Amino acid sequence: MGKTQVRETNRNIYDIKNKENYDIKISGLTKKIVEEISTKKNEPKWMLELRLKALEVYNKLTLPDWGPDLSELDMNKIATYVRPKSKINSSWKNVPEDIKDTFDKLGIPEAEKKSLAGVGAQYDSEIVYHSIKEELVKQGVIYTDFDTAVREYPDIVKKYFMKCVPVSDHKFAALHYAVWSGGSFVYVPKGIKVDIPLQSYFRLNAKGAGQFEHTLIIVDEGATLQFIEGCSAPKYNETNLHAGCVELFVKENAFLRYSTIENWSKNMLNLNTKRVIVEKNGTIEWVTGSFGSKISMLYPMSVLNGENAKCEFTGISFAGKGQNLDTGLKVVHNAKNTSSVINSKSISKNGGICTFRSNAHVKSNAKNSKVTVSCESLMLDSMSSSDTIPVCNIETDDTEFSHEAKIGKISDEAIFYIMSRGISEEEAKAMIVRGFAEPISKALPLEYAVEMNNLINLELEGSIG
Amino acid sequence: MELLKIEDLYVNAGEKEILKGINLNINKGEIHVIMGPNGSGKTTTANAILNNPNYKKVRGNIVFEGENINELKTDKIAKKGIFMSFQSPEEIPGISVTNFLKYAKNQTTGKPVKVFQFKDELKKYMDELNMNSKYMERSLNVGFSGGEKKKNEILQMLILNPKLAILDETDSGLDVDAIKTVSKGIEMFKNSENAILIITHNTKILHSLKVDYVHILVNGKIVKTGTQELAEEIEESGYEKYKKANE
Repeated sequence: MGKTQVRETNRNIYDIKNKENYDIKISGLTKKIVEEISTKKNEPKWMLELRLKALEVYNKLTLPDWGPDLSELDMNKIATYVRPKSKINSSWKNVPEDIKDTFDKLGIPEAEKKSLAGVGAQYDSEIVYHSIKEELVKQGVIYTDFDTAVREYPDIVKKYFMKCVPVSDHKFAALHYAVWSGGSFVYVPKGIKVDIPLQSYFRLNAKGAGQFEHTLIIVDEGATLQFIEGCSAPKYNETNLHAGCVELFVKENAFLRYSTIENWSKNMLNLNTKRVIVEKNGTIEWVTGSFGSKISMLYPMSVLNGENAKCEFTGISFAGKGQNLDTGLKVVHNAKNTSSVINSKSISKNGGICTFRSNAHVKSNAKNSKVTVSCESLMLDSMSSSDTIPVCNIETDDTEFSHEAKIGKISDEAIFYIMSRGISEEEAKAMIVRGFAEPISKALPLEYAVEMNNLINLELEGSIG
Repeated sequence: MELLKIEDLYVNAGEKEILKGINLNINKGEIHVIMGPNGSGKTTTANAILNNPNYKKVRGNIVFEGENINELKTDKIAKKGIFMSFQSPEEIPGISVTNFLKYAKNQTTGKPVKVFQFKDELKKYMDELNMNSKYMERSLNVGFSGGEKKKNEILQMLILNPKLAILDETDSGLDVDAIKTVSKGIEMFKNSENAILIITHNTKILHSLKVDYVHILVNGKIVKTGTQELAEEIEESGYEKYKKANE
């Protein structure tokens, strides 16, 4: 039935647990451990110093006093660094069989052949595969894992690293900087248009482990880039932790679309930090689909620093049994004629909790700015809950601000209508949910729209009481 | 041959008693009309036949082709060959008219639909119903005018080709031309192997259709059954006489 109809659903591909076959697994968080990670990674001294400073900040900061309860997190039990038995490869052939098999099943090499200009694949703490199309390299585009960037492009890294997300931003940003490992680095030179997306896929296999990848993207003046990140993990009984960090820089007249399909397993605490600084006439588009994790606290932030800078956010989250997805978007209007459009949808079922926080700060110098917020929630039963919490702080009186929130239960009458045409209750609900999610799936490349529909079908399986 | 038999049916909507002992037999090749004032239980009858979970059957039976369908789920009832045209069809974003109908056709027939043949058929019926073919690719009922929604219901009836079509207030809110189009659709559908149950509170649509039986429903009971003349009587004198008799 076309692209919004995907029949085959199979949770198994996300749930493959490979035998833990790592080189190094370090648990806990102490000065010694941080030093050990740095040594194992063979990195320059300046980076170790930043890590140790971050650890100090981490120890001083407290857990957030709002949002979901994070008290189950015990950093002593989290494996802060897990190195797989593999080096970075530029050919899938050389990736160890069990790891390659996982990515094969997730469809990554396949997607690379068909629709991507470059791929990075991280397994636990390290990138195991990285590639980029030759013609992009010739144009000066850099796409590599972040560890390599630290060694090979120290000047760029030093100039931008930690400049978007400061170490003291919050406790988990500090944690991230202390133990970061892996992630991607992208630099698109002035005027270069990368029309086909780059994708990094993050897979966490080890039990009780943390993933702390750092993604740094610089889209230089007049350049364009589409970047996709995907994440998944098999389910364990122990708590896993994801505290990645994404720092994005969109220069004058540049464009970046950053898409995320997140399907962490439901024992994951997803405490990720993402931020972008957008300069004059630049555009950032966030597209996110959040399906996984036990608890998520994720609020991408856009700082619109130049005139006419634009931010568009399109996001969907789907919380099922035992999931508390606390997400949102923060935008700071810091220049004239800046605009932000926030479109969020959330679906909750079987007692799942979805909260969407939007926070718009229009500074006094941001004359003639525009903020449009629209949040829609769909609850599939009466056990589930959904909340939207809009905050706005507007310091100039010529701002155009609109906020719209709709919270509703799935309509019995709509289900009855569809069923009266011979369609099962399960499929009727799925149709309604897919329809609700369609504005988001439309914003995704086809393969990801298909994946998202698969995830929706998965989430709906067995939800009919 | 008997298609639908309703025996002594009592139905509640929430706590409220709506139907209080309905009896009705519909045979193949017949057009029946249930008329009645607002709140008499017309829409409840349609919803009860399709087993809408919001309507509770307290007593009685609904038998379709000899099988009791009281407890069947709505989709299973539809698969047996009963169709309902809704008074206010739901808007379903994200699925086009074509894809929805193709899938519904698949489900009701249990056979895969031949795409090109299906599209031709769809196009043909849309032309007959004066529907712009652009609607094929639009989301189901989303942003359709009242008239287009009703035509879309008739289109679905023609495509799914049920044994029994229940048309709930299909004529309400339509202008003269739209009523003609809808009537034409009903004429196209009707044959000696199927049957139609028209539920309405006015008689406009009955001018252009030849009906076999007219039932007057008042306060949850069928108080009178007649032929086309009964509808004409109602048109002239209204329901007052029957309301009073039933008090």
